[in-house]
Amino acid sequence: MEFAELIKTPRVDGVVLHRPFMPTVEGTLCLTGHHLILSSRQDNTEELWLLHANIDSIEKRFVGSLGTIIVKCKDLRVIQLDIPGMEECLNIASSIEALSTLDSVSLMYPFFYRPLFEVIEDGWQLFVPEEAFKDLESMVLFYPWNETTLFGLPKEDEEDNIALWSAESAFTVDEAVMMRAAQPLTGTNGRRCKEDEKLINATLCAGKRGYIIDTRTIAVAQQAKTRGGGFEQEANYPQWRRIHKAIERSNVLQDSLIKLVEACNDQSHSMDRWLSKLEASNWQSKVKEILTTACLAAQCIDREGASVLVHGTEGTDSTLQVTSLAQIILDPACRTIRGFEVLIEREWLQAGHPFQQRCAQSAYSNGKPRSEAPVFLLFLDCVWQILRQFPCSFQFNENLLIMFFEHAYASQFGTFLGNCVAERVKLQLSQKTVSLWSWVNRPQELERFLNPLYEPNNLVIWPSVAPQSLLLWEGVFLRWNRSTKCLDEACQEMVHIIEYNKELQNKVNSLRRQLAQLETEDSPLQTP
Amino acid sequence: HLHVRVEQVKLLDRFSNKSVTGTLHLTATHLIFVESNSTSAQEIWILHHHIASVEKLSLTTSGCPLLIQCRNFRLVHFVIPRERDCHDIYSSLLRLLRPVSYDELYAFSYNPKQNDQQREEGWQLIDLAAEFERMGVPCDQWQLTDVNREYKVCETYPRDLYVPITASKPIIVGSSKFRSKGRFPVLTYFYQEKKAAVCRCSQPLSGFSARCLEDEHMLQAISKANHNSRYIYVMDTRPKLNALANRAAGKGYENEDNYPNIRFQFVGIENIHVMRGSLQKLLEVMGTRSLSMTDYLVGLENSGWLRHIKAIMDAAIFLAKAVTDEGASVLVHCSDGWDRTAQVCALGSLLLDPYYRTIKGFMVLIEKDWISFGHKFADRCDQLDPDPKEVSPIFTQFLECVWQLTEQFPQAFEFSEWFLIQIHEHVHSCQFGNFLGNSQRQREDLQLKERTYSLWAHLLSEKQNYLNPVYSPSFAESHPVLEPSTQAYHFKFWRNMYHQYDRSMHPRQSILKHVYKVFLHLSLHSSEMTHAFLCLCAFPQKLQTFGVSTSPLKPQTPPRERSHPPRPQSLILGAPLLSRKEVQQEEDEEVFGEEAREDAPASTGGERTVEGSSATENGYGELKGSFDSKNEPAVVTLEFGVARMTC
Repeated sequence: MEFAELIKTPRVDGVVLHRPFMPTVEGTLCLTGHHLILSSRQDNTEELWLLHANIDSIEKRFVGSLGTIIVKCKDLRVIQLDIPGMEECLNIASSIEALSTLDSVSLMYPFFYRPLFEVIEDGWQLFVPEEAFKDLESMVLFYPWNETTLFGLPKEDEEDNIALWSAESAFTVDEAVMMRAAQPLTGTNGRRCKEDEKLINATLCAGKRGYIIDTRTIAVAQQAKTRGGGFEQEANYPQWRRIHKAIERSNVLQDSLIKLVEACNDQSHSMDRWLSKLEASNWQSKVKEILTTACLAAQCIDREGASVLVHGTEGTDSTLQVTSLAQIILDPACRTIRGFEVLIEREWLQAGHPFQQRCAQSAYSNGKPRSEAPVFLLFLDCVWQILRQFPCSFQFNENLLIMFFEHAYASQFGTFLGNCVAERVKLQLSQKTVSLWSWVNRPQELERFLNPLYEPNNLVIWPSVAPQSLLLWEGVFLRWNRSTKCLDEACQEMVHIIEYNKELQNKVNSLRRQLAQLETEDSPLQTP
Repeated sequence: HLHVRVEQVKLLDRFSNKSVTGTLHLTATHLIFVESNSTSAQEIWILHHHIASVEKLSLTTSGCPLLIQCRNFRLVHFVIPRERDCHDIYSSLLRLLRPVSYDELYAFSYNPKQNDQQREEGWQLIDLAAEFERMGVPCDQWQLTDVNREYKVCETYPRDLYVPITASKPIIVGSSKFRSKGRFPVLTYFYQEKKAAVCRCSQPLSGFSARCLEDEHMLQAISKANHNSRYIYVMDTRPKLNALANRAAGKGYENEDNYPNIRFQFVGIENIHVMRGSLQKLLEVMGTRSLSMTDYLVGLENSGWLRHIKAIMDAAIFLAKAVTDEGASVLVHCSDGWDRTAQVCALGSLLLDPYYRTIKGFMVLIEKDWISFGHKFADRCDQLDPDPKEVSPIFTQFLECVWQLTEQFPQAFEFSEWFLIQIHEHVHSCQFGNFLGNSQRQREDLQLKERTYSLWAHLLSEKQNYLNPVYSPSFAESHPVLEPSTQAYHFKFWRNMYHQYDRSMHPRQSILKHVYKVFLHLSLHSSEMTHAFLCLCAFPQKLQTFGVSTSPLKPQTPPRERSHPPRPQSLILGAPLLSRKEVQQEEDEEVFGEEAREDAPASTGGERTVEGSSATENGYGELKGSFDSKNEPAVVTLEFGVARMTC
């Protein structure tokens, strides 16, 4: 298919762009296969380059022959384009609609994107699973690399499936391991699987105990039995204790995000309306639920020295939120930029979080959600909450989290394409696209993501999960609704103070050293 | 002479099952709890004046619980082993927290070891005459009147008042007779650039039809004093319904037909009773254990607290816009003109004038709009022989509005939120004379300046603790007038105020504290560099003196005793802020004693956690109980219990 077929009007002059808190720009609108571009063709004004993939939905309005397209993006931005001429406007709108909802992955921008920077370190080679697990103990039994075949397993072979599925060791602290899995397929008649029992029990030494954290309520887990799923029967897993926590299923999340963003975009200024809408969206409750469960998992490991197995239904959504957050709480390495990248690679990409399905639509989607859900965004929100509470414990700042959110939904890089490792291999992403890591890890880019307050510590960081301690993530949800000039300047001032201090500290230290040196050199003279 | 001492008292954490044991002391001024654990012995000092209520709960197996609620939002829950001891403390506290005369207040016995001269200097720090001069008053349109020199026209106003030059004595006196409590229109802020005035008064006694020519003249005079605008705004800060109801009682609001050139406006801030109820609701919600997010947000909404804060802010913004955009003068009143009027005038001035956003300027602002114009601190803050109907968090709301502004404009304020919280602390502590009594006249009768100390001097002496590290004076130049957004989402719950003492709620590392520390290092570094340079230069010539000149670089351990008055520990900042000297020491350790400073700050109980962050305090889930008593075998059985329950 040629993109040209979809672009009826590639160019319109005299288009006016309106963006909140920015001056309007008049210029020429161009459509390419992957971008919507608006340029005033003047040197000093910024051009707008918008990936079609970033467009969540559009609205058209007409006043006389002046058409207006409201473009709502997946990164939650809303912009307005005034386009002279009804036909042009309709053409542009239909092209945007078609181009932003392309079905075929191989038509996505990452397959066409050629980096303008020199790739020094190829991101695709950066996180080989063996490496990602290297620092962990030798408990690793299987890792997703071998699962490339797993996803193709025939349905009948369910028992093997369980054994393999259940066996992803993730993280160890003092012999306690954290593992994740999918639900066991016990069904209504309480089927058992010797291999699964053996495998799970084998992770514990004699006399040790472990906790199975089921991210579903007991009622939901019971229900799953009727669909062939279920949960571990205590008798068959004698060293394990099961705890149920209520994390919402992913399908409810999409609705929650839509409501939250609607509340944030409400310009009515009424306090009561804002608070009740915020409450009705339920987003903050979900943040609290997930953080609480992650803390519980971390608590089992750190305070009890017990092993933990986390699972929900598939083990690819709420499970990953819990295991990855628990690691951030427990493991200082995950709070560095590299460590956080490894965490996303290991706990999300290789663990098979279906990014492409989940991030197909964002908060402005009109249709009925299929499998879209902001599972990853919610995880990033939780990380942000911990970052807020421990501002000196992370090597990265909020910008890194926002960048991950953007790229998970629309990106020039191939990293978040596909739904699991198998799909990614099939798409030959590592040969045909550029990795996000190749770009992020360049020193020029990294600078933007560094936290000036960072002071490495090897400690466990227990966040408060009281509602009073959890805040709305303004950096994402109010990003386009407020002017951040004052806040940004304050932040810069802070960075400035810290850097200046470091500089002075170095000077003082070197002077001190010189002094000390002179003193020792001369001391024999003083006492002959 | 009173000193009760009870051992083996348990202090329960408000939000978790944690508790610590220690000794409770009751002195003439404080209730003190000293934790017995020697490694992390925390001390809690509670001033009797801070205690709002004491409640004895029914006896439990572990002892007799005593619940103490404080005006600074601290809530402590003691369990005292023997009921008799509990009753003793309870009845002594009841007696102590109901002082019957001003002489019993702490301010009259508090002695910070200063001589008379120092004390007098403390009181002279804030000079309101100088403040009006700074605004450019008196001038060709505004003059100082001596009509209230003897408090004869208005008892609750200060002696020195500024009025339009065309307002003669008969007009003033006539107008005052037509206003509640005699509080006639006077100047509180003068916006020099546009010659626009912010004036304040109380409601007119207009009833349904009464008029007063002098009062009409008075408003005319205010209008005429400003050539930039043909009209003045009259802001009635009450909801219209309240103002209407007041008409039936012979009070009310200005009739636009009788007052030419006024633009009348209601702004709808609720009265003291609504505000009191609102705070009560807010605190109830926030005090709930294991509060869910839904209950939190619904509770926040139902309390209406943030709605009221926003209403005050909206009013102040309206005032500031009228003055700056239209160059119009504004007259603000409510009923008596000492609650909502004080809020709106003070906050409006703060938006208009960068000076009030400095530490000194903020003190001046409070002194002017709150203390001198007779905000009834004694009644509102429940200082003496309380009438519960008079108590209301009006001043707290003002401080919160300022905090909301600091959130939107982090570089605009010289002070940090800790300064606001500290002022709030002392409005209730009765440790200093500034806020005692209800009016300037009463304060003079009490001879506060002779018998007590000024809070402002105390705060200025600790100024470095309250500095905002990112404050930028150049911000004031580029933003002389603040224009905050009034979008609802900009108004946040002020956790650091209302949960000031709830350790588990706060961020475990504070940006403010961190940057502040760096900030202190900065000035040290520069001075030290100069010093080191000098040493180096002097080196070849002055070998002998070298040993002496390096000594300042070595760790100093001055044996000088610190004579701070007991100050509540800042939980928000994790620990009391370091003084310069302490920073210096820490600095030295970094270089000379590296082995002494581990990367990991020593935390309690050898836990592998960041200081102040604890898994047990937060109560993440079912495991909580078990982890509290780690070595007990009960852990496992409890977990079995959980497991059984879930199947």
